Formats: sequence, structure tokens, C-alpha cells
Amino acid sequence: MTDARAPAPAPRRPNAILRRRRRELALGAALLAALAALPWFISDVYTQNLLILVLLYAGLSQAWNVLGGYCGQVSLGHALYFGLGGYTSTMLLLDLGLPPVFGMVAGGLVGGVGALLVGWPCFRLSGHYYAVATVVVGEIGYLLFINWDFVGGASGLTVPIAGRSWLYLQFGVSKLPWIYVTLGFAAAAWTVAYLVEGSRWGYSWRAVKDDVTAARSLAVRVFPSKMAAAAISGFLTGVGGAIYAQYVGYIDPDSILAGSFSILIALPAVLGGVGTLWGPLLGSAVLIPVSELSRSYLGSSGSGVDLMIYGGLIVAVSLARPAGLVSLFGTRGLAGGRGRG
Amino acid sequence: MAELLEVRELSKRFGGVQANSDISFDVRAGEILGLIGPNGAGKTSLFNAISGEVAPDRGEIRLDGRRISGLGPVAASRAGIARTFQVVRSFDSMTVLENVMVGAFTRAGAARDAMRRAEAVIDTAGLSARIDAPAVSLTPPEKRRLEIARALATEPRVLLLDEMLTGLTPAEARNGVQLVRDLRDRGITIVMVEHVMEVLLPLIDRAVVLNLGRVLTTGLPAEVVRDPEVIRAYLGDRYAQA
Repeated sequence: MTDARAPAPAPRRPNAILRRRRRELALGAALLAALAALPWFISDVYTQNLLILVLLYAGLSQAWNVLGGYCGQVSLGHALYFGLGGYTSTMLLLDLGLPPVFGMVAGGLVGGVGALLVGWPCFRLSGHYYAVATVVVGEIGYLLFINWDFVGGASGLTVPIAGRSWLYLQFGVSKLPWIYVTLGFAAAAWTVAYLVEGSRWGYSWRAVKDDVTAARSLAVRVFPSKMAAAAISGFLTGVGGAIYAQYVGYIDPDSILAGSFSILIALPAVLGGVGTLWGPLLGSAVLIPVSELSRSYLGSSGSGVDLMIYGGLIVAVSLARPAGLVSLFGTRGLAGGRGRG
Repeated sequence: MAELLEVRELSKRFGGVQANSDISFDVRAGEILGLIGPNGAGKTSLFNAISGEVAPDRGEIRLDGRRISGLGPVAASRAGIARTFQVVRSFDSMTVLENVMVGAFTRAGAARDAMRRAEAVIDTAGLSARIDAPAVSLTPPEKRRLEIARALATEPRVLLLDEMLTGLTPAEARNGVQLVRDLRDRGITIVMVEHVMEVLLPLIDRAVVLNLGRVLTTGLPAEVVRDPEVIRAYLGDRYAQA
């Protein structure tokens, strides 16, 4: 078959894939610079908090996107890896005095291993059966932690005060450093997605998502591909959980392992565009402010109007833009060339 | 010519259906072999066994003397078997180039290398004009070419074509025939399943005729079409007497 490669095609301009990737990298760098400058113009704590949450969920949702978007394995149990990351870093800080900057990495590793352990049995299921299994596994994790006294049971864990320190991710009342912590997290998650998208893994994942039989016939190893996506996704989600735990200063199963987190992590990517580089950030930038604003203006006590607006928005977007918000921008650069992504 | 692919006493049952029973034949290096037979003869099932998608119940398939049966599609692909599907299976969220790159990663480690190899085989398959088009936007004959390009990207020794000419207009079918000849000239051994006899017979070197899961006869295309057994299988007893 060596003949099929020759003659080499005549030299031509960089192909569409390379051009698109260059464009996306440039856009990413520009956006990172803009977001890094943004805190200079935001002084009120409410808006700062909003920005922190947008960035945190952009990163978490990008982590979810690696497995649920690119690889097409819709997980509704990511709260488990999120919680594992938060509990790991907090326990390491409480029991061993390990600073959360390192605990974050440990939390990521535990999250990644957790995702592998869940993936081992669950990836034998496909489609909806896989999604349902992840819901169940997430609930099991939640119940285990509620009844596990070693990690505080239902009463949870409080992060001890350690003074102002980047090592301990504690900054007194100042929210400014948190913007940079979460920006770093979101940028790291984006970079990972960017790198794997252009690699052999990225192609394998998308092939697995589109047609497993055809993928196998081209020597794509389906199960290892899914496991690799799960490990990366679980790691990043665990890191996000550790950051979240330090940010809020207190965790219990309801505040970090509840099934609602699994939905919150998946939704920005789904709304913004699954399997695209920009979907998670775009979805988060729309969803989080809508959710926070409707809650603060309409009140969350009993009326539930905020949730109706939130749900209505999701329905509206999925009806009008089934491929997600990224498709609004039309350019194949932003949509990542995935029409049905 | 040497035997490149050997199928030996292969049997496969799906529930109550004996899809293949005791199938034996050889594919010689560099030939175009046609697998023909009426519907339900077991042609696609045999393809699935050779490409590793299903494991045979009994029997063996060897490529260049080494057993590939029962090792799965990944091992078969790595050994040098590639296939297209009766119902086209393109990766619809990807462009043509991205589709073919999935196949090219079989032999390439780096993305740039896979891209270069993919561009070359897309050229071979005559799809260069559509290289950046989303796979969903291709016409049916273009999709067939996409599948062939993707298969070529794995650098196969044996290419299995499952009804690649079915559903094409006569002009498209002629282009397809020319492509198959070109591939053979590049040293790829071809096994094809086809319903369109008048297109297939002049193209193939030898034919293996299947009926009801068994090999009815093997031989030159001109011989097998005169074989009374073959005529009976296709048209019924009355015509075989005539």
C-alpha cells in the first residue's frame, strides 16, 4: 500500500483544520488576555462572584465536554468526581496540613481514578443505559459520603483558616485572586480540550461518538478511548471540586456531591454546544448569570420562578439552536466544524 | 499467484440462522475476487467475520499464514484488512479530511503525519475537491468514496468492498469500477460483494458463489454464470433445465 501515498499532493496552503486550529488558539489567547484584564474594571463583590462562578463552571463543563461532548459518553454523575476532588483536598488539608495547591492535584487524581472505576463497568453499556448508570453511581457516592463519619458524614467539613496565602488559596475577604484561580482553571481545561481535540485521542473519541462499528473497523480501540476520556474528564472535574471547596470554605454531601451538580456541570456544554471548544464557556457565560440574577431578583424562596426562567431558557435554546449557542456564530472556526456537534 | 487470505471451514450461526457453514476459499495476492450470491447467501456475514466484527463459531481465517479470525476488528485492521459497509457509515460530525484521518492514525502517530497520509488517499479516491466538506453534505457516491479513502488510510493489504456500486447511476458505477481497478493496480487485493452482475462480472478475476450459507462454486466469472447450480440458485429449477 505504499504506492497509495505517492505521489505526494502538490504543496498547498495550510488545510482547513490547521487554519481553524490557529484561529482558535489566537481567539483563546485574546480572550484570556481580556479576561485577565477584566477584574480591573470590576469592583463590586457581587459581579466578582458572578465572574468566578462563570469561570469555574466553564472549566468544569469543559471537563465534562471531554467525555460527554467529544467522546459522546453522556455522564450525569460528574458530581461524584467534583465531590471526590473537594473532599480529597479538604481532608488532606485537615489531616495532613497539605496546602490545597497540592491538594488540588491530589483531588484531580482521585477524581480521575474515580472516573476510571466508574467507567470500567459502565462503558460496557451504551447510550441511555450508560447515562442512567452514571446517575445511579453518583447517588451511591452521595449516600456513602453522608454515612461516612471519617469525612464528616452529613455535617460536612470546614476548611480551617490559614491566613492569606496563595499556597492555601485563602485571600481574606478579597475575591480578586479567586478570579485568577478560576480563570487559570478554565484556561487549563480549555487548553487540555484544545490539545486532545487535535490529537489521535480526539479523533478516536469523535469516531466512537459518531459510529462505533466504523471506528472499530479503522482500528480505534473503543474501550481504552472511553477510559482515556473519562480519566482526563474526571481529573479536571476533581481539580474543579478542590477549587470550589476552598472557595466556599465548607463542604458537605449536599453542597458538593448532590445530583444537581451533575446537571449544572453538564448544562453549560449542552447549551453552548457539545463537543466544541467554545460551547462550555459560552454556555456558562449565559447560564450562570441568568441563574444568579433570576434568583436574586425573583427570590428563590418557594416561588420557583427563577427555575422556570432557567428551564425555559434551556428549552428555548434547544428548540432554536439544537447544535448549541456556538452555532449562532456561524463560522466554522468557532463551531469547530462540527455541524451536528 | 500466492494465497494472501485463506478462509477455512468457516461456520457462523446467528440464533436459528446458519449464516455461514463450512466456507472455504482463497484470495490470491493482487486479484479482484467477487463474492456473489442471492440475498441471504451469507455474503455480508462472511465480510463481518473476515473484518473481525464477529467471531466465527468454527473455522479459521488467515492473512499471510497468520490467523486473524476471532481477534476482533482492531487486530484485523492492524494486520491489513480494511472494509466498507453496505449501508455507509460515515462520521457525520466530521469533515472528509477528519474522517479519513481517523483511519490514517492506524499507521501514523502524529496528527500532521496522519493529515498528510489522509490527504494523499483522499486524492487517490478522487475526493480532493470535497476534502473540507462535512461528511453529512456528501452525495451517496461521494460517501462511498469517503469510505474507500478511510479504508485506504489504514494501508490495507486486502480491501473488502460491500456493495459499493449498489444504488449508483450507471455513470457513477463506471467511475466506481475504474476506482477499483486503480486500487488493484496499486497492489491492493480486493474482495467485493455486489448485486449488480453486469458491472461485476467484467471487473473480477474470479468469483466465489455463495448460496444459503455455503460455497456453491468457485471459478472464473464466465464459468460460474453458466453453472447450472448457480442458475438454479438465482432463478429457480425451471431455468436450470433450459
